[in-house]
Amino acid sequence: MKRKITLTVNGKEQELEIEPNRLLLHVLREEIGLTGTKEGCSIGVCGACSVIVDGRLVSSCLTLAAGCEGRDIETIEGLAKDGNLHPLQQAFIEYGGFQCGICTPGQIMAAKALLDENPKPTADEVKEWMSGNLCRCTGYYKILESVMAVVNNKISPDFQFRKREQQAKIQSLDVYKPVAKTD
Amino acid sequence: MKRTEPLEIYQPTSVNEACRIIKQSGPGGHFLAGGTDLIIAIKEKGWVPRYVVDLKRIPSLSEILTNSDGSLVLGALTTMREIEISPLIRDRYPFLAQSAAEVGSIQIRHRATIGGNMANATPSADVAPALIALDAKAKISGENSERIVALEKFFVGPGKTLMKPDEILTALIIPPHPATLRGEYIKFSPREMMDLAYVGVAVALAMDERKKVKHVRIALGAVAPIPMRARKAEAIVLDQILSEEIAEQAGGEAAKECSPISDVRSSADYRREMVRVNTKRALLNAASEHWRPTSWVERRDRRY
Repeated sequence: MKRKITLTVNGKEQELEIEPNRLLLHVLREEIGLTGTKEGCSIGVCGACSVIVDGRLVSSCLTLAAGCEGRDIETIEGLAKDGNLHPLQQAFIEYGGFQCGICTPGQIMAAKALLDENPKPTADEVKEWMSGNLCRCTGYYKILESVMAVVNNKISPDFQFRKREQQAKIQSLDVYKPVAKTD
Repeated sequence: MKRTEPLEIYQPTSVNEACRIIKQSGPGGHFLAGGTDLIIAIKEKGWVPRYVVDLKRIPSLSEILTNSDGSLVLGALTTMREIEISPLIRDRYPFLAQSAAEVGSIQIRHRATIGGNMANATPSADVAPALIALDAKAKISGENSERIVALEKFFVGPGKTLMKPDEILTALIIPPHPATLRGEYIKFSPREMMDLAYVGVAVALAMDERKKVKHVRIALGAVAPIPMRARKAEAIVLDQILSEEIAEQAGGEAAKECSPISDVRSSADYRREMVRVNTKRALLNAASEHWRPTSWVERRDRRY
């Protein structure tokens, strides 16, 4: 039997009619269309599905959507504001905090939850907090470096500008010019 | 993608209502607290409860209270994270906070509840030995009834407790202890984090001015069908000055007392040996000057 629930997702109220066995993860992805939150192990070990519910970091693969009635949910889609990346998102790009990217939304949400609670954690505190977010390609030091860059305010203030500059540079490289016919 | 089977969820707002639902709906139901065990069981083992009674709408089940007699009441829906960071628990029983901090990831600890963890009766539950070392009692409520049993007696086998199907574990009560009570919880597991214990050892003790042990509890996890007390090991330590020799003897006795099994994680012999070593360490740590748990890095680097 379907039931009506109301969730606030990234500040926007969502009224949904769902089966009581649906998990928050699947409701976010399939009902609301926010596919940034990923499904990894599906048993609460890998952290790929991490979202913030009422300020607390949880695994959305173990959370029933029906139990989130009236709650405030933050997902990776809610971080960028007015076309500007969240400092953590920017740091992960600048410091190479990801490769394949499937763990990244979870990593960033975990880091955000930590910084919301403790804006100046030590590297060890970051490691402890993020021990439930697994990454199978980058390795953890790049991720740690990315988070610590935000903590120590080491991300570039002119990031957006630099990005455009780099794109222009890449496009001006020889490899992008049409190859001249040699006979 | 793993999905849960369709199921009916009731969301009662009082303990009596929850018990009535179980009585009326008959067998095949299950209580839901944090869901970190139940939902995995449904996904992994294909086990389908006929219906689920979600307890999270019941107020008053998620509080940490002090009674006038000095006892501490932990509501069954108190999350592991709440126990980990509660100033009251960190001050009085830091090793209990430590044991809660050893559970899963932060994502899990924000949802997993102490009542759910105890009602599931996993032999390797981290918080169980710490609670048993504190002589904790389980408050069990039925429809218009209530009883209180020692937590040690609450467990009857792996995944089994003495509760009837229509009874709910509503709180864990820690009786008053002298201010001198100190303790330690050591989780010995293959990895530093995100793993289950090979062996868990909790120690709570109180000493007089001459460092003689006047009260001691040693509780072991993951080495018997239920979390257990090592009574013979306790007897060795009681009324003694806790020397390395005494701790060594107590460790040996605890290793004899427990009844571990061999499984994917380790052999029974290895577990027994680790009970010996870690009981000794836990006793010495609890009696040492620096007995309060610190960060995981300091714990990891500590020389015993």
